[in-house]
Amino acid sequence: MTRILGVLGLLVALYAVLLESNPAAGSLRNLIYVGNNQGRYGLVTLGAALVIIVGGIDLSIGSVVGCAAVLFGVLMKQGVHPVAAVGWVLLFGVCVGLVNGLLVTRVRLQPFLVTLCGMFVFRGAARMIGGAVDTPSVLEAHPEYAGALDALTAVLIGKNEKGVLVFPAMFALLLLAAAAVGFFLHRTAYGRYWYAIGHNELAAKYAGVNVNRQRTAVYVTCSALAALGGVLLLLNDSTISSDTAGAGLELYAILGAVLGGCSLRGGEGTAVGMVLGAMVLPVLETLVSFRGLKNDVIPAVIGLTLLLGTVTDELIRRRSRVSR
Amino acid sequence: MPTPRLAVRGARKQFPGVLALDGVSLALAAGEVLAVVGENGAGKSTLMKIVAGVYTPDAGDVELDGAPVRFATPASAIAAGVVLIHQELNLAENLTVADNLFLGRELTRGGFLRALDRRAMNARTADLLARVGLPAERALERVERLPPGEKQLVEIARALGTDVRVLIMDEPTSSLTQKETDQLYVVIDALKAAGVSVLYISHRLAEVKRVADRVVVLRDGRNAGELAKSEITHDHMVRLMVGRDLKQFYPKVKRSGTGGSAVLELRGVTFRGGPVRPVSLEVRAGEILGTAGLVGAGRTELSEAVFGVRALTGGEILINGTPARITSPADAIAAGVLLVPEDRRLHGLVLAESVGFNLALPNLDRLTSLFGVRRRAERELHATWIDRLRVKTPSAAQPVGLLSGGNQQKVVYGKWLARGPRVLILDEPTRGVDVGAKAEIYALIDELAGNGVAVWMITSDMEELLGMSDRVVVMHEGAIAGELSRAALSEEAVMRLATGGTGT
Ligand SMILES: Nc1ncnc2c1ncn2[C@@H]1O[C@H](COP(=O)(O)OP(=O)(O)OP(=O)(O)O)[C@@H](O)[C@H]1O
Ligand SMILES: [Mg+2]
Repeated sequence: MTRILGVLGLLVALYAVLLESNPAAGSLRNLIYVGNNQGRYGLVTLGAALVIIVGGIDLSIGSVVGCAAVLFGVLMKQGVHPVAAVGWVLLFGVCVGLVNGLLVTRVRLQPFLVTLCGMFVFRGAARMIGGAVDTPSVLEAHPEYAGALDALTAVLIGKNEKGVLVFPAMFALLLLAAAAVGFFLHRTAYGRYWYAIGHNELAAKYAGVNVNRQRTAVYVTCSALAALGGVLLLLNDSTISSDTAGAGLELYAILGAVLGGCSLRGGEGTAVGMVLGAMVLPVLETLVSFRGLKNDVIPAVIGLTLLLGTVTDELIRRRSRVSR
Repeated sequence: MPTPRLAVRGARKQFPGVLALDGVSLALAAGEVLAVVGENGAGKSTLMKIVAGVYTPDAGDVELDGAPVRFATPASAIAAGVVLIHQELNLAENLTVADNLFLGRELTRGGFLRALDRRAMNARTADLLARVGLPAERALERVERLPPGEKQLVEIARALGTDVRVLIMDEPTSSLTQKETDQLYVVIDALKAAGVSVLYISHRLAEVKRVADRVVVLRDGRNAGELAKSEITHDHMVRLMVGRDLKQFYPKVKRSGTGGSAVLELRGVTFRGGPVRPVSLEVRAGEILGTAGLVGAGRTELSEAVFGVRALTGGEILINGTPARITSPADAIAAGVLLVPEDRRLHGLVLAESVGFNLALPNLDRLTSLFGVRRRAERELHATWIDRLRVKTPSAAQPVGLLSGGNQQKVVYGKWLARGPRVLILDEPTRGVDVGAKAEIYALIDELAGNGVAVWMITSDMEELLGMSDRVVVMHEGAIAGELSRAALSEEAVMRLATGGTGT
């Protein structure tokens, strides 16, 4: 609870500074733009956070996003209908999650190791299947996809045919996904199992929870969300390079999850917190650019914000804990 | 009394929702063994933690040899010679016994380099282990490989390695065998002779009678009375602890018992990591089958195999006469076989989560509808079992790790009773549970058996075994050494079989 109030306070402060820093910053267009970034980034944060709740970690998210984006473009270029291509890419995500999950649960490898390898493997795979992909060249090869691609872009991104952002569709998508995650996490038996596994895997097992299956399901969810993130990335940016697409995103996602109240020790976190945590970075990024700061300082600002956030949080928590 | 070694005056400690201590006082002379008894949640552990610098009291003073002290950390308490051996063991499982004995105060050479002086430490280790009756070759064993009883002895040995003046033992014997307990008595007598004062907490009143020079009784965070050596009797202590006479400790009803049909049957079972000799036994409807054996006899492992934690390598398990495929606890639970595990903190409970969370966890399948967990049904379940088992907790939302040991154990029972067992396996059913709660749990087990549940009770507590069992199977080195009917049941008969002798 205090965690949520904490991020909420941080967000409010950031928005306040943003709005007063420049009239253009408060424009509807900019707010929609920021919202969409929050949405795209929040979707992968949800997955990362669920994995963290069951006591794991997923470092492959960024590479899976990149690989999925490239795969999406290449498939369409090869003549797969855009909607079908989305389906295949999501299936790819599910498979990645299955492999991660099985390696962690059956082979009993450490999640950090498994997904670190995945991070390299999928970045390499992305480079192998295509250096750079872009939607214009897809349309050049398959003009008949224009309608479908426009429709997908309108529904998933919120851009009209002219490519102008009119609605924060990715943010809406995030809210939908968060509602689903929240339902599972807070209202169903599965959520209870995940918390139990995160806190004490053995006790969960002795209570009859199929720990391996639950863990695997969470990894699958995470990678599927990352694959969806790849689809959105290509639709939104229309040109991506396999070297940079989604690079580093896993760390941002973990950061969002932690800001939102997930403990890296596992067993803690809420859906609302995840959304709020994921909303921080995009605001921070625009803020930096509207303040006229160079983009180069962004990593430093992000790092310091997180540090400040966690230190404050820890101090508050210590204060509220009973005197020893 | 001359200046006491240790004195506590008016100690008070408030936790959120719980006043754990409400002005408790005690005094301890040099070379005295003072037992502190009381029901679960009476505040014994809290008091000890205050003395040992784990908690700071809200009010009250602690004096050591007449000088007021206020330990901010356990380290400063240890430096002053006050050492607490926790109820929950605190060893670094991945280190060796020797490493643990010197953890934080390694013997070193070479000045600031602090190179470990292995030779000196090994010599000291052998000495310390000998004092608690452990063989010297344990020194290089990793702690995680030791049975619980030996871990406890290692903790004690570690305390002996410091300059201890006040040794506090919080339920030291709850995981010890009789032999190890006897060894502990020897250690305590030696400490006493050396002028060390001992604070001793236990729920086993026979033990208290054996070791204590004096008894202080706590009830609901207050002093409830004090007994001098000559006044220490079971009934006296119970009366002060519970505030009334406790009649009829073990249920006296005579069940038709062993006449029922076999609900759980093991036929030639062997399992991974277990002994090669196959085990066969049956537990019948409406009976309590007691299983005795020395620690290490393989009872816990066998129960884990039945519960699906350990894979079977041979033989079969039959439920109601039909072979059951149990490869996970989920399978066992689906078949109605439920286990109250030996180590509740590791296997029985998610400590960080609430009482309600833990009660509901294995029952969620029954509480779920299309719209998720039915909140109202869940709340009813919480209320029912907190009430029926008289779990002492401020609310269902209290993290279960903050409850006292006995109340934690009740929550473990609650989650299974809510489910309704067909076979209930109890591994050390009342470890760390106070007399009052014990009587309640015994009545409960008895009621379950009366309703036709097959109860398989594994216990190292001889009194409990003799008092509760309809029939007893004794294990020795992984195999069944013999079976005793209620009529043939006696401590001697059990011990003879448990130590490898033959039956009558
Ligand atoms: N850290 C804590 N936070 C909140 N409540 C606590 C905490 N520690 C203990 N309590 C509560 O204080 C009361 C006294 O607990 P304590 O552990 O001292 O009992 P005890 O006499 O040692 O019981 P037991 O015999 O079961 O070990 C209990 O009601 C317990 O739930
Ligand atoms: Mg205690």
